Amino acid sequence: MATKAQRDTHDQHHRTNRSGVRVLLAAGAAAFSLTAALATPLNPAPHEAKAADDGGKKVLTVALAQSVDSLSPFLATRLVSTSILRLMYDYPTNYDPKDNHVVPGFATKWEPSSDKLTWTYTIRSDSKWSDGEKATAHDAAFTFNKMMTDDAAATANGSFVGNFEKVTAPSDTQLVIKLKKPQATMTSLDVPIVPEHVWKDVKDYSKFNNDQKFPIVGNGPFILTDYKTDQYVKLKRNPDFWRKSKNPQFDEIVFKTYKDQDAAVAALRKGEVSFVAGSPALTPAQAASLKGEKNIKVNEGPGRRFYAIATNPGARTKDGKKFGDGNKALLDQKVRQALFRSVDTKTIVDKVFQGHAVQGEGYIPPRFKDYFWSPSDSQKLSYDPGAAGKLLDEAGYKLKDGKRVGKDGKALDLRILCHATDPNDKAVGKYLKEWWGKLGVGLKVDCLDDVSVPWYAGEYDLAFDGWSVNPDPDFVLGIHTCAALPAKAKESAATDNFICDKKFDDLYGKQLAEYDPAKRAEYVKQMESWLYDSGYMNVMAYPNAVEAYRTDQIKSIETMPTAAGNIYGQDGYWSWWSAEPVSSSDSGSSDSSSTTGVVIGIVVAALVVIGGGLLFTRRRRSTADERE
Amino acid sequence: MTADSTPALVQPADGPDGDPATPAGTLSAARGPRARTTTEYLKYAAAKIAGAVVSLFAVLVTSFFLFRLIPSDPVKQMTGGRKVSTEQLANLRHQYGLDQPMWKQFTSYVGDALTGDFGISFQYHTPVIDKIMDALPATLLLTGTAYVLYSALGIWLGTRTAWRNGSRSDRFNTAFALTLYSVPAFWLGLLLIIVFAVGIGPIPGMFPTGGLESGGETGFAYVIDVAHHLVLPVITLVAVGYAQTLLVMRSSLLDEMGSDYLTTARAKGLRDDVVRRKHAVPNAMLPTFTLMFVNLGHVVAGQILVETVFSWPGLGGLFYSALSVPDLPLVQGLFFVFATAVILANTLADILYPLLDPRVGR
Repeated sequence: MATKAQRDTHDQHHRTNRSGVRVLLAAGAAAFSLTAALATPLNPAPHEAKAADDGGKKVLTVALAQSVDSLSPFLATRLVSTSILRLMYDYPTNYDPKDNHVVPGFATKWEPSSDKLTWTYTIRSDSKWSDGEKATAHDAAFTFNKMMTDDAAATANGSFVGNFEKVTAPSDTQLVIKLKKPQATMTSLDVPIVPEHVWKDVKDYSKFNNDQKFPIVGNGPFILTDYKTDQYVKLKRNPDFWRKSKNPQFDEIVFKTYKDQDAAVAALRKGEVSFVAGSPALTPAQAASLKGEKNIKVNEGPGRRFYAIATNPGARTKDGKKFGDGNKALLDQKVRQALFRSVDTKTIVDKVFQGHAVQGEGYIPPRFKDYFWSPSDSQKLSYDPGAAGKLLDEAGYKLKDGKRVGKDGKALDLRILCHATDPNDKAVGKYLKEWWGKLGVGLKVDCLDDVSVPWYAGEYDLAFDGWSVNPDPDFVLGIHTCAALPAKAKESAATDNFICDKKFDDLYGKQLAEYDPAKRAEYVKQMESWLYDSGYMNVMAYPNAVEAYRTDQIKSIETMPTAAGNIYGQDGYWSWWSAEPVSSSDSGSSDSSSTTGVVIGIVVAALVVIGGGLLFTRRRRSTADERE
Repeated sequence: MTADSTPALVQPADGPDGDPATPAGTLSAARGPRARTTTEYLKYAAAKIAGAVVSLFAVLVTSFFLFRLIPSDPVKQMTGGRKVSTEQLANLRHQYGLDQPMWKQFTSYVGDALTGDFGISFQYHTPVIDKIMDALPATLLLTGTAYVLYSALGIWLGTRTAWRNGSRSDRFNTAFALTLYSVPAFWLGLLLIIVFAVGIGPIPGMFPTGGLESGGETGFAYVIDVAHHLVLPVITLVAVGYAQTLLVMRSSLLDEMGSDYLTTARAKGLRDDVVRRKHAVPNAMLPTFTLMFVNLGHVVAGQILVETVFSWPGLGGLFYSALSVPDLPLVQGLFFVFATAVILANTLADILYPLLDPRVGR
């Protein structure tokens, strides 16, 4: 408790209140304010991603949600890194932005031999590396051979060369790849080709991240000039890029890391970045807040992902050893189909995705139209709780006191694995609980930060599942083959959820060996039809790609597919290659913020001066006694 | 880190061994009631250092097992979404040493760590120690600046509020500090971004929305640029952090305020301001010093959420991304560095404390 005497001295204390700490604090605050003040008037809206920078340089800034893991094409696996590699290096082939069909890249032509085992690529003669050396077939042969002979170099893209027997370059423009067995994906070798004369000196491919010497030698539409981990990646236009039809219009592209999506949206709103994408999409709330905002366009295109429920068909190893604890009731196709017939995908699209998705049907999203399949009316397992109940009755799960009870007298209670970080899983889980509860089936939603351990241990009944699909569907089909099963129990493997079926495997083999695109697509559709009937995978929705950009910085930009597609994470470099800046005459100047910034800066500076003055005066007023 | 590794909050000066007549003298061991011999002190310091070494080893062991308890599969996480054969996955597990028996992984981890080698980061393919050294300056800059500011602000306001105990400004300052203290730092950070980075109403966007620099600046322009980026994250950290110092300072000064030696000082005719600054505050500072040392240890760890919201390229953000894989070598290395910083700060506090308060360590 303060004494009366102490309280009485408050006034006096107030007048002479001064201490070393206070001076220090004032100095700190002054320095801090000065920093802000200095920075503000000089640079009021600092480094906004203006289409035209001060030196006339046109810069496009993209907000990234992920950190770059590596800039080495042999190591990088994240979407952000592989998207940047697409700009730095040329790939053997590319995909047409209109409809995803394969178009020339580093190779201009390709042809299989009659026995389907040798592919000959004609490599373009008009491509050169940014250090002036000619880019040839030898570089491509070096890249593939390195991946085939060095395990470290196979880290990122080793699967592409798994079936390669031998790769040679008989001339500067000819690349020959001999296969062990036929492979239809030879036109979709998504591998960046690196310059041999630079990479042949790399000693340890497992540690070389290609991020020390700038500019990095490449032959893509952009040259990487600067990189700072978790901060930014800068690329400048490559004036020597072979595709001259419409050279990049922006002089520079800067990928800036924003670890928080809301902060990235704020940066777009401010104009500090030109483009923001979600991971994988902006949330409905973010999209809604940006819609209607001046100078911002929200772009919504058909997504490349599917969102599904997967069932556990009984976990097993490659040699047939069973493990895990999946509910045996789900081994019955009728039970699986009954569950899926009581999932109202329309409600999920409307309520959970708030319209930013398309109702699910076949396994491959409709944007890949060559491979898209949807069930006929007679095959369709549409939402019908009545039919679902009948299917369960037939399967021997009769309704007893509101619960489905099997022949063994046990109630049908299931678990579903959900990703704790995905709000969609949680929301859909609530709906499923309600719908399946009405059917008499109990559901426990197990939300985990990382579901991979119970998943690969086979300790689940159902799981929320989703994959991003490539223009070539081989990958997403391959994860359901018997070859993808684990060698040992509980060990992570290429499998998605332990599906292993002879018919599916036969079709997989046929599509992989079929070089006729139409016939191959037919096999792929048959596989999708089998997956649908099996009830192992229930595709509920295809979430849209939702992203946004500033129209006062980007005049136009190519989506993929061209008609209503996405911008970020395209199969190709089309978006950034085609982006057109707003010219200074197009853009209504928004210098008002600059003016306000200057005013604020002056006010802060004035406050600092006044504060400093006061401090000085009070210091002078202090008595000699106090200073001692 | 532990309660016994830091000195307890003591009642200085007017405690049983205090010297009421010369309160300021408590800051000097030589002027204490019984001078400590050098041997005594060295023994005390050696015991503390030995304790720290044991703690460090315990942390090393804990960091290995702790993160292996997280149910996850780093290899599957890192290759997620790409076509990888089951054989390739096995190859990667081998490359990362994850196929080795646990005891083998443990012994090689401890052996390597003792030589300063924390292995290669799974996701960045870079030695962990390089990754940590790259991110450390950014964290030290951010949390170090905030540390100095919130400690100074807390001490200053704590002194003011205690001296004016019960006044309106005391009530307001305490309540305001406590309110900020209970605000989630990331939420406050986002709010500051919306108001001062994007701008709202008449307030223009004055500061960058995130990052440490704009890129491309050099020399003085670079310093200004970094300082500009530093403003909002530092304000966030100071706002949520100064209350702790304020409250400790306030309560220990309140304890001093009724002391006889202050009455004596006043009786000598000293002005109230001098009594406060030269007699009361130095004694009340001791618990605050303890807190400051504890906080000093956390400067290295950074603030994970604040670094994330402001995309600050420091250790906190690195830890966040390493945990999401989990990138075992990186999380282990970071955990060890964080713990080491706290242990070192506490040991330093232990060693220095007898010099500040002679009663400690007897």
